[in-house]
Amino acid sequence: MTASVDVLAPGLLTSIQDRGRVGFKKFGVPVSGAMDQQSAALANHLLNNMADAAVMEITLTGPQLVFNSETVIAITGADISPSINGSICPMNRPVQLTAGDTLSFGAAKKGVRTYMAVKGGFQTEVVMNSFSFYPGITRQPLIKKGDCLPIYASRSSGQLKSVVKEDPTLFVSPELPCALGPEFELLKKEHQKKIFNIEFSVSSDNNRMGYRLNGGSLSYPDSYSMLTSSVLPGTVQLTPSGQLIVLMRDCQTTGGYPRVLQLSETAINRLAQKRTQDKVLFAPLD
Amino acid sequence: MEQFDLTFKAFGQSALLIEWPSRLEENILNDILRLQSALENELIEGVIETVNAYNSLTVLFNPFKTNVVELQRVVKTLHLKGAIPTTKSDKIWKVPVCYDSSFGIDLKELSQTKEMSVEELIQLHYQPTYLVYFIGFLPGFLYLGGLPKNLYAPRRPSPRVKIDRGAVAIGGMQTGVYPSESPGGWNIIGNSPIDFFNPKSNPPCFAKAGDRIKFFPVNMEEYEKIRAEVLRGEYKIELHDSVS
Repeated sequence: MTASVDVLAPGLLTSIQDRGRVGFKKFGVPVSGAMDQQSAALANHLLNNMADAAVMEITLTGPQLVFNSETVIAITGADISPSINGSICPMNRPVQLTAGDTLSFGAAKKGVRTYMAVKGGFQTEVVMNSFSFYPGITRQPLIKKGDCLPIYASRSSGQLKSVVKEDPTLFVSPELPCALGPEFELLKKEHQKKIFNIEFSVSSDNNRMGYRLNGGSLSYPDSYSMLTSSVLPGTVQLTPSGQLIVLMRDCQTTGGYPRVLQLSETAINRLAQKRTQDKVLFAPLD
Repeated sequence: MEQFDLTFKAFGQSALLIEWPSRLEENILNDILRLQSALENELIEGVIETVNAYNSLTVLFNPFKTNVVELQRVVKTLHLKGAIPTTKSDKIWKVPVCYDSSFGIDLKELSQTKEMSVEELIQLHYQPTYLVYFIGFLPGFLYLGGLPKNLYAPRRPSPRVKIDRGAVAIGGMQTGVYPSESPGGWNIIGNSPIDFFNPKSNPPCFAKAGDRIKFFPVNMEEYEKIRAEVLRGEYKIELHDSVS
């Protein structure tokens, strides 16, 4: 296996991700994995990859990459104007590349996180059963200039005509379907209604660990103190200051704030494509 | 053995939260760990992993293979069964700590507010045997119970941006060791040369919930020696002889 993707420029926050690190929560290890699992799965599906194949996660500012062997790629998720050797690269379909091709990205048109799958998946290091980058677990937290990311050389055997239509709600819908969290009852009665009736907006404090939301000024009794307990990606915590934090894929395994809501997988994927100041609305499941 | 009443809550669409009375108590931890090992031994269809904390056990499951109602039934049966084997750990890990003032940057201030000498404070900290309740916050961060009451100290008003790997600290009624460099608001009293998390080891942490920790003081020279051995992969963490 000598094929690789060489990194000329890394982009802003580019990493390798898969479905996450399962089975290590009891050691305090975050799940990690692609923020928008739906788009990552679509990219793998287009190439007939295994569902747990590693993909590249690109955030708003794309990298510049050279492929030193032929392969097939698929780009899904946020549209940040991908191009191959300067010509537009189609999204949401397999694209055959030849050795020496350069992939770069331009203006961010829609969404936040882009996924690129390569045929067979990236073959970077596996730590605790996962390819997902995480500081202190994988050797590096992000892709950097000069990296050579190993892949399998591959030529598409059939015609490349598989095209899928992406889920339009992923980028457009402000609705975040969610279940009531373990401490939902702690909210005052009027706030239990309010939380589903008002719009929140994504604050500038948003990253792979969590999204802080603005709005609402919800509260719970001052006297309440909770023993630290388990939290999950999609857990919505209410801080003493009244701000909501939605935990995302790189979140801690435990937390001490009341867990008022729990987002569905669909909602986590949608939120992963939202930018600062985008509006969101919690929608109760059932 | 006290039989605790469990509370069950759906935690989203793919997790079940089981809660014990809201107390920090060794009996509760033992009951949680017993149920956790029973759940793991039974290899229940659809269960992915379980995570414990002070008074809870979260069971993550595959919603295509099982559901909260079915899991709750299984858990209740397992919990009621007096036959669940006791798995109480008898491990006490000996953890070196250097309480030198170059590491223990909050020692002086803390000793002043506590109206005791720095030496007394250090001795109070390494005397007890601490119980590992669970691992969380950061990979390898042990939540320890057993800090003497007169060492309880509120978190610092504003957290520090960077705390060193190995920092030994007190926050509220808890004490712990930062396994990696991170921000944090606890009061720093020393540093341990050993690693609490190694992603290349299996398991990645030497300690687990239910084990115990006994700190022992080392001077700067011993600290450097142990740290060098740790980095060469030659240091072996010792076990204390008996449960005190």
